[in-house]
Amino acid sequence: MTMIEPIIQIKNMEKMYELGGETVMALKGVSLDIKKGDFISIIGPSGSGKSTFMNMIGCLDRPDSGEYMLDNEKIGKMKRSQLATIRNEKIGFIFQNFNLISKLTAVENVELPLIYRGMKAVERRETALAALEKVGLADRANHLPSQLSGGQQQRVAIARALAGHPPILLADEPTGALDSKTSKDILAIMKSLNEQGHTIILITHDLDVAKQASRVVRIHDGQLYENGGEWFADAQNGTEKYYSK
Amino acid sequence: MQTLKMALKSIIANKIRAFLTMLGIIIGVSSVIVMVAIGQGSTKDVQDQIGSLGTNVLTVSVTGSDVTFKEGDADQIKDVNGIEEIAPTVSGRVTLKKGKTNTQVSMIGTTSSYLKVRDLQLQSGRFIADLDHENHSKIAVLGSDTAQTLFGLGDPVGESIKVNGTSYKVVGVLESVGSSLGTSGDSTIIVPLSTGQRLASTTNIGTTYVKVENENSINFVSSRIESTMNSIVGDADSYSVSSQKDLMETASSVNETMTLMLGGSAAISLIVGGIGIMNIMLVSVSERTKEIGIRKAIGAKRKNILLQFLIEAVVLSSFGGIIGVGIGVVSAQIYTVVTGSTIAYSIPVMLLSFVFSLLVGVVFGVFPANKASKLDPIQALRYE
Ligand SMILES: Nc1ncnc2c1ncn2[C@@H]1O[C@H](COP(=O)(O)OP(=O)(O)OP(=O)(O)O)[C@@H](O)[C@H]1O
Ligand SMILES: [Mg+2]
Repeated sequence: MTMIEPIIQIKNMEKMYELGGETVMALKGVSLDIKKGDFISIIGPSGSGKSTFMNMIGCLDRPDSGEYMLDNEKIGKMKRSQLATIRNEKIGFIFQNFNLISKLTAVENVELPLIYRGMKAVERRETALAALEKVGLADRANHLPSQLSGGQQQRVAIARALAGHPPILLADEPTGALDSKTSKDILAIMKSLNEQGHTIILITHDLDVAKQASRVVRIHDGQLYENGGEWFADAQNGTEKYYSK
Repeated sequence: MQTLKMALKSIIANKIRAFLTMLGIIIGVSSVIVMVAIGQGSTKDVQDQIGSLGTNVLTVSVTGSDVTFKEGDADQIKDVNGIEEIAPTVSGRVTLKKGKTNTQVSMIGTTSSYLKVRDLQLQSGRFIADLDHENHSKIAVLGSDTAQTLFGLGDPVGESIKVNGTSYKVVGVLESVGSSLGTSGDSTIIVPLSTGQRLASTTNIGTTYVKVENENSINFVSSRIESTMNSIVGDADSYSVSSQKDLMETASSVNETMTLMLGGSAAISLIVGGIGIMNIMLVSVSERTKEIGIRKAIGAKRKNILLQFLIEAVVLSSFGGIIGVGIGVVSAQIYTVVTGSTIAYSIPVMLLSFVFSLLVGVVFGVFPANKASKLDPIQALRYE
């Protein structure tokens, strides 16, 4: 057995939301190990807990219970400012709606994570331009997001995510707002980034997208399922359902 | 510094809003500067004028209506040690007429020594002589404004004018002395004491000007006159003996109060400007919730966000402060050119109002900045 060390180890993670006296268990004891260099997709229907899980992996929110080791660091007891540093150094976020700052140009958006890392201006600009180059947008560096197509905006967002060379890229429905051709381009970029060594976690509800990954994990009603289940697309109401064996 | 650049960028991105935000501070700072410049200018004016009247002159005023103080009583003051000269006066308002020109001026009836005691200069002609007083002569010396009103550029000496309907001969014209404490010293007519008593229909002496021999002994002389007056008039509340220095102090304390009040109301407008900044910053925080969420997700710490918004507020208010100082100086300058009044800039007040505007930026920027920095990244990201 090859001993690639896991970059993410999650054990029995639980998260519940309280809304007006009612508690919703969004994650019901989830365990997952992700190895360095993996390309894993997490697929599940709407409301299954994908975004909740992504917030946990991305250190944007804290679980109610369970253990989380990220790159050999215990996340559980960290302070907010430490979590901010983890997000900055370890994780590159790619969002469904791109989440670019509209008043900043493409290259300035890409520079953002480097600013909070305290990188000097000249080096920062070079690094940001190199990242834009990687996604094929070097010629649009000084465009505002409003002057770019959706696919181009998402590529800027990817450049921003990888500019600081984080070990993990975390994408929540990165192709959700794009047409199928553009989606393919984005997925191709992600694949090549994976080949360059980035660990990629892709969250989606689209089976075709999920299949691009080397490993597919399914989430349903706050629980994870992997291997040996069957996945059906329910043609009638457009939702997918997981039926365990 | 990077945070400063970010703050500048977001200000430039919202030019109109930034300007409106600064407007309160601009108005506040510039009005503080204009108000204080005008206030201190008029203080300086008054002090200059009172100072020019001479520091060796005492004013003895009889104010009580039921006391009698005649020319003979005034002569007793003259016997006090250390006095060079006295000039008893009666005063009132009279109507002058020359041809078709009518004017109301203040009338002073006095003796020949008045010119020397008040340190006045003649522009032309002569002053009142002792003989005029004895003869109840209907002669007059005109203040420079009065002369100009009635005769324009012509020479009034030797001409005659009507004073309350009676004909008087003009024998001289005074040099201008400027205005003091709100009353013009040049819109006057001076007549012999005996004639003035008739015009004012009283023989009581209102004010007696006393010139002391030695400026340094003015306080001694003043207290000696006090005791003489006490023995003549009796009632200590019916007269007052004051030096020009006393007058100067009263005048400047009045002016200082005025300056303080003007400055105070302007300072209040600065605070209102600060509330404006807070308001706009709060709007800006909720408008940029998404941006804050993105920045936090990407690794911005609380202090990064706090600093960004705080710097924005401080940059806005200090720009406002600088523009305010500029506009304040320019408008004060325009004010002097248009009205001809003196203004006095106060560098400490300018610095103070600028520092105050900075402070306003910090104080009223902290609350919105703190609010922004505390936003939860997930909630902020979800915000549309
Ligand atoms: N802030 C919240 N407060 C209360 N309940 C929440 C909150 N966020 C999520 N939930 C609940 O937790 C469950 C999982 O939500 P989550 O957003 O993780 O689903 P999802 O798989 O991302 O769905 P989608 O595909 O529609 O984005 C849902 O039942 C949802 O209603
Ligand atoms: Mg979701």
